[in-house]
Amino acid sequence: MNMFGDPAIWLPLAFAGLMGLSILIYVVLDGFDLGVGLLFPFATEAEKDRMVGSIGPFWDANETWLVLAVGLLLVAFPQAHGAILGTLYLPVAVMLIGLILRGVAFEFRAKAPAPRKVMWNHAFFAGSFLTAFSQGVMLGLYIMGLQITAATLAFSVLTGVFLTVAYSFIAAVWLIGKAEGDLQRKAVGWARGGLWGAGLGMAAVSAASPMVSARIWDKWFNWPEVILLAPLPLGSVALVIGLWRLLGRLPAPQDRWCWLPFTGAVGLFVLAFGGLAYSFYPYVVPERLTVFEAAAAPESLFIILIGALVVLPVIIAYSVLAYTVFRGKATDLRYD
Amino acid sequence: MDVLDPLVLSRIQFAANISFHILFPTITIALGWVLVFFKFRFAATGDAAWMRAYFFWVKVFALSFAMGVVSGITMSFQFGTNWPGFMNTVGNIAGPLLAYEVLTAFFLEAAFVGIMLFGYSRVPGWAHTGATVIVALGTTVSAFWIIALNSWMHTPQGFEMRDGVAHATDWAAIVFNPSMPYRLAHMLLASGLTVAFLLLGLSALRRLWGDRSDEVRRTLVTGAVLGASLIPVQIFMGDMHGLNTLEHQPAKVAAMEGNWETGPNTPLLLFALPDEAARENRLELAIPNLASIILTHHADGVVPGLNDFVAEDGTVLHPPVGKVFWSFRVMVGTGLGMLALSWATVLLLRRRGVDGLPTPVLLAAVPMALSGWVATLAGWYTTEIGRQPWLVQGVLTTEAAVGDVAGGMVAGTLIAYLAVYAALMLAYVGAVLHLARKASAQGGPSAPQGPLPLPAE
Ligand code: HDD
Ligand code: HEM
Ligand code: HEM
Repeated sequence: MNMFGDPAIWLPLAFAGLMGLSILIYVVLDGFDLGVGLLFPFATEAEKDRMVGSIGPFWDANETWLVLAVGLLLVAFPQAHGAILGTLYLPVAVMLIGLILRGVAFEFRAKAPAPRKVMWNHAFFAGSFLTAFSQGVMLGLYIMGLQITAATLAFSVLTGVFLTVAYSFIAAVWLIGKAEGDLQRKAVGWARGGLWGAGLGMAAVSAASPMVSARIWDKWFNWPEVILLAPLPLGSVALVIGLWRLLGRLPAPQDRWCWLPFTGAVGLFVLAFGGLAYSFYPYVVPERLTVFEAAAAPESLFIILIGALVVLPVIIAYSVLAYTVFRGKATDLRYD
Repeated sequence: MDVLDPLVLSRIQFAANISFHILFPTITIALGWVLVFFKFRFAATGDAAWMRAYFFWVKVFALSFAMGVVSGITMSFQFGTNWPGFMNTVGNIAGPLLAYEVLTAFFLEAAFVGIMLFGYSRVPGWAHTGATVIVALGTTVSAFWIIALNSWMHTPQGFEMRDGVAHATDWAAIVFNPSMPYRLAHMLLASGLTVAFLLLGLSALRRLWGDRSDEVRRTLVTGAVLGASLIPVQIFMGDMHGLNTLEHQPAKVAAMEGNWETGPNTPLLLFALPDEAARENRLELAIPNLASIILTHHADGVVPGLNDFVAEDGTVLHPPVGKVFWSFRVMVGTGLGMLALSWATVLLLRRRGVDGLPTPVLLAAVPMALSGWVATLAGWYTTEIGRQPWLVQGVLTTEAAVGDVAGGMVAGTLIAYLAVYAALMLAYVGAVLHLARKASAQGGPSAPQGPLPLPAE
């Protein structure tokens, strides 16, 4: 157990890394599921079926990354788990109700009697919205160090709006890859609108974070760290410009480049996430608990780590398998 | 008592959430295997009715699965939002068990359920059957881990306390703790029974609607035979489980029996109103010696009484008696009802066939479609309330684990959850009935039975 040095140091780091990875994967994957729900009001009936068809086989597995992330928080940092979820009690409850509505609306809109379908479409939108918005609020409160004041609440409403837009954006670029014809053209329009919002939101969060925390200010604007950090904002700006120009040319003949916007969007999410992770390290509860202070007993972490290292590659392998089975343009969902 | 006491509210909220959650895994755990069975019967006989049964029940599975998943996610956040003391004290043990459940079960079922539900015409037949088996396996593995954790909370071992925090010393002892094999077996059988009576009840309803299709004959017989074969095993397992509990949690058994004084020749109470203030039962109706015989297999065997679990200073150390006593009777009563119905149905089926089943039997089977849910919930209430005041037996009390969230906030979210659950329950039952009616509208005696969709080559 000691072969890599002090387990009280590297185990918490490994778990912080695993947790960060599963949050990132969750935000990207469930991001486009939720975004599909957010775009529902703009689509026609037939398009709605197609849009649901594009995520139907995946959303459950995508959501499981959230279960893993909160599981790892609970398992690896039990102290932080109580502190964070206790403070975020209300947004967590709102998110859970949102997730419930979204998840069941999927099933019910296809199986309930026809007149109810409209109602379940509304529930699908409402659930996706509640989930996306409350996750954004949680992100905002977390950035603000889990303090609840009028100013932090205002900021977290802003991050709530921003994350909602960002999810709609990644859903739009997902649909560019998954859809054809009118829906695809529509998705390009949605993506161009969403890109604006996502870019502005990233700028706003980047501007606000160092204002709130002197520690983050130091981390960002001190020489030579500033050099290390520079690729993040520069890369993001370059990506936004590139995406904007690319979206101007889509859809292209023979459906060329149809997956390129999605790839770019994932890049944008990764950069934004990297910036946040850099700012907060080594804290798991901002300004209060570091990953080392909050970690569970090494022997328990070790037994999970073994499992995770064996199982995660397998999980990734069969997730890829599932995406391969349902590759290509989306069709309406059928059980037979 | 303060109406907005966060402890009371958190308990109600937890109980409401877990009760709602367990309803759906109870269905999916066994229904996954039943779907595998339908596919194998089709492969063996080539009889298209089996495949139609599959396509109908796979929709019920999809609905139940979604309900189970969304309510399960609520569960995993509850520990942090309402019971921080739980993770702070026993997190080193509960954590890895929950993590293994996510890693080995949830991802497996979530990834393959897409292929199982929507991949029929995209993958070869064997791969589709494989995906179905994997999903069934995933739900069962899920039950294994969560029951291991829950059982450890009843019969903890394999750990030591350091500075008030539990540290694991022996993982095999933790996972295979004394009550785990009994609880797991009893739960898996409960799941099988729930699905058996759901098959039987819903098929009976469709027969009553005039559906004479082969598909409904097959599912009716499957449900009746499955129920009739599992229920004796369940009653036997329940008895074993009770003996195990007698050894490890005697106070719970005393409450289940409604027995106040320790002693030999204890009667079995069929009916009683336990009065905790007076510490005695009113309106007892009892069979002499039977509790002693069941629990010790001797008429003069000594059975523990509740008065043994009162401290010198009068503090009560046993669970609330009435709730445990009555939950237990509801479970056992439902079990006996299942025995009667399923055996009667199987005997009649053997003698007269599906068409000869008398209407009263069909009418009785319809409400019994939900008997599995009733017995399962009653069983869990017996188990969990019977552990109070402990959350982890002898290690952590429920009171010590609750978080300091404002009562008003818990009350608000509780009301929201209850409203959502009530609406979803209506929608779920409505959707299942709607699916059944739609299937029966196509499955009448003379309805054309269209060609079967084919799996991909
Ligand atoms: C279809 C469901 C079902 C049926 C018909 C029965 N049970 Fe049960 N019972 C459960 C479903 C269940 C359960 C929900 O699965 C529980 C809750 C926790 C557990 O391990 O199993 C349970 C708990 C439970 C316990 C509590 C164990 C403990 O807390 O330590 C006992 C003693 C029994 N059962 C005994 C019986 C007996 C003697 C039955 C005879 C008819 C019976 N059960 C029928
Ligand atoms: C699935 C079936 C289950 C049902 C129906 C159920 C039901 C209940 C009920 C009714 C209580 C309240 C007891 C009281 O307050 O008097 C309770 C308590 C509790 N149970 Fe369970 N339980 C189930 C499974 C589990 C599992 C699998 C776990 C843990 C892994 C668990 C953990 C707890 C905890 C933490 C409490 C304490 C909170 C409280 O007292 O309300 N339960 N349960
Ligand atoms: C406090 C206790 C519990 C927690 C925290 C919990 C958590 C969860 C979560 C997060 C999911 C969703 C997984 C996904 O995303 O696919 C889930 C589903 C599931 N749970 Fe639970 N659960 C609990 C109790 C139970 C119990 C008592 C059982 C059965 C004995 C059970 C069996 C299942 C099964 C089989 C599924 C798969 C989904 C389904 O079939 O509905 N769980 N649970």
